[in-house]
Amino acid sequence: MIHASLKDLSAALAAKKVSAVELATLFLDRIEKLNPTLNAFVSVDRDKTLAMARDADARRAAGETGPLLGVPLAHKDIFCAEGWLTTCGSRMLSNFVSPYDATVVRNFKQAGAVTLGKCNMDEFAMGSSNETSFYGAVKNPWDTARVPGGSSGGSAAAVAARLAPAATGTDTGGSIRQPAALCGFTGLKPTYGVVSRYGMIAFASSLDQGGPMARSAEDCALMLNAMAGFDERDSTSLERPVEDYARDLDQPLAGLRIGLPKEFFGAGMDEDVRAAVEAALAEYRKLGATTVEVSLPNSGLSVPAYYVIAPAEASSNLSRFDGVRYGHRAAEYGDLNDMYSKSRAQGFGDEVKRRILVGTYVLSHGYYDAYYLQAQKVRRLIADDFAAAFKDCDVIMGPTSPSTAFRLGEKAADPVQMYLSDIYTIAVNLAGLPGMSVPCGFDRQGLPVGLQIVGGWFAEAKMLNVAHQYQRATDWHLRRPALAE
Amino acid sequence: MSLTRDDVRRIALLARIEVSDAEVERTRDQLNGILGFVEQLQAVDTTGVAPMSHAVDVVQRLREDRVTETDRHADFQRIAPETEAGLYLVPKVIE
Repeated sequence: MIHASLKDLSAALAAKKVSAVELATLFLDRIEKLNPTLNAFVSVDRDKTLAMARDADARRAAGETGPLLGVPLAHKDIFCAEGWLTTCGSRMLSNFVSPYDATVVRNFKQAGAVTLGKCNMDEFAMGSSNETSFYGAVKNPWDTARVPGGSSGGSAAAVAARLAPAATGTDTGGSIRQPAALCGFTGLKPTYGVVSRYGMIAFASSLDQGGPMARSAEDCALMLNAMAGFDERDSTSLERPVEDYARDLDQPLAGLRIGLPKEFFGAGMDEDVRAAVEAALAEYRKLGATTVEVSLPNSGLSVPAYYVIAPAEASSNLSRFDGVRYGHRAAEYGDLNDMYSKSRAQGFGDEVKRRILVGTYVLSHGYYDAYYLQAQKVRRLIADDFAAAFKDCDVIMGPTSPSTAFRLGEKAADPVQMYLSDIYTIAVNLAGLPGMSVPCGFDRQGLPVGLQIVGGWFAEAKMLNVAHQYQRATDWHLRRPALAE
Repeated sequence: MSLTRDDVRRIALLARIEVSDAEVERTRDQLNGILGFVEQLQAVDTTGVAPMSHAVDVVQRLREDRVTETDRHADFQRIAPETEAGLYLVPKVIE
């Protein structure tokens, strides 16, 4: 049962072969057993979870049905959930019990999904290794001396180690896709504006997007159906017709045109990653797809543009943490400014402070045009490159990450080296496009490799189709770490 | 160009984050590392390119002016560090 897909769990619940309480108990027991090793969860509340499960069973007994009714899921601790500690991986929010639900959390509640707990993450989603969390690093279930990726590292470890059948994540520069690649499962970052950001603690508002992290493309479609939708509480939520993201899963891939950006296949990628991605492309050709070289000439500028834009937005967003209305307040201080400065110095970790300081600088008088405005213009060039490339192809493919999971501590001392681990994912956020990572093999050390699939704006159903057909023909997505046996 | 220690102190003041004297040097070096890395943007010719401030071009919606939220004052203040009579307390600002 712990290896079952959401789809199978859903069928078992509908057939009354298992109850929501039984499923929740199964996963809670696994969390209790394995979380001391993995540190994937920041908070677990057995009573709350079982109450939700009993409620789901009661709804089913009363005649209600639904694909997620009684299905257990974990939430990244960036999503506010009423009555749950919601820390965002930070000391700043270590005492914050949310008084309200994020729209994503509410949507899953309405669908009858059961919350297994809140997953560890890089502090305020700023990191690519889950090492910046105030609650300690998360371990990769494939090798506990290695990072799970970040920032949704707890969600990733939970899904890979079968502590949860699926989890929510958020992706500002690769935070769903990179951990999905490093932990060997399927993750999707939707087009910006498809999933509501209400109650999802803001990092960089023009880039942040929530999405599903699950065993398969099919399960991601099931989750996205519950997550997506217009929300008047999010000022950038898009008013679009409701979609069934599973509608095209079974379409054949004959005639599919796959664009391969030459910039994603140059130097800097591990040879094992290259080999696994090339093998996946060969599989796609067997499925009837053709590949065509495309170019994203400005994509090399995406990491520097991102590290101006994201810190600028973060410095503004995180100004709300001032020790007045919620969160950490220093125990001793002088005047009001001293209270702000001490509360923030104590409440934020090093990486968050660095980004706030960078953001404050690039927005400050005299530097705005040179840094922030220039980065926004480069962002336009990057987005235009994608629009041009999609004239010649239906989806774009390449590696999700230049390497497999690196060792804990390996990149922690050098911020810029850490930033470069998102070199293939960041451009997608800057352009607002949907992106996925799908397991496509292993390196010689037995660590998973992810294939990135990028679609045009609102092409989620197409991408899920492309991923699902690959997963029907291969079994990489079914491989699991020894720890999950 | 590189930041000096005084620049770091000024930025930290603007950001309302206390940086101790012991941390100034290390913070300056790290910020200079990041700013050095993003420096490559300066070499890009962006003449005539419109800045892209958001992932999608959306127009701010206007909603009907009516009460849509319930009063949850007490719930929201329960999680505040210090309140009194429905107000948030901070150190005295004006003598």
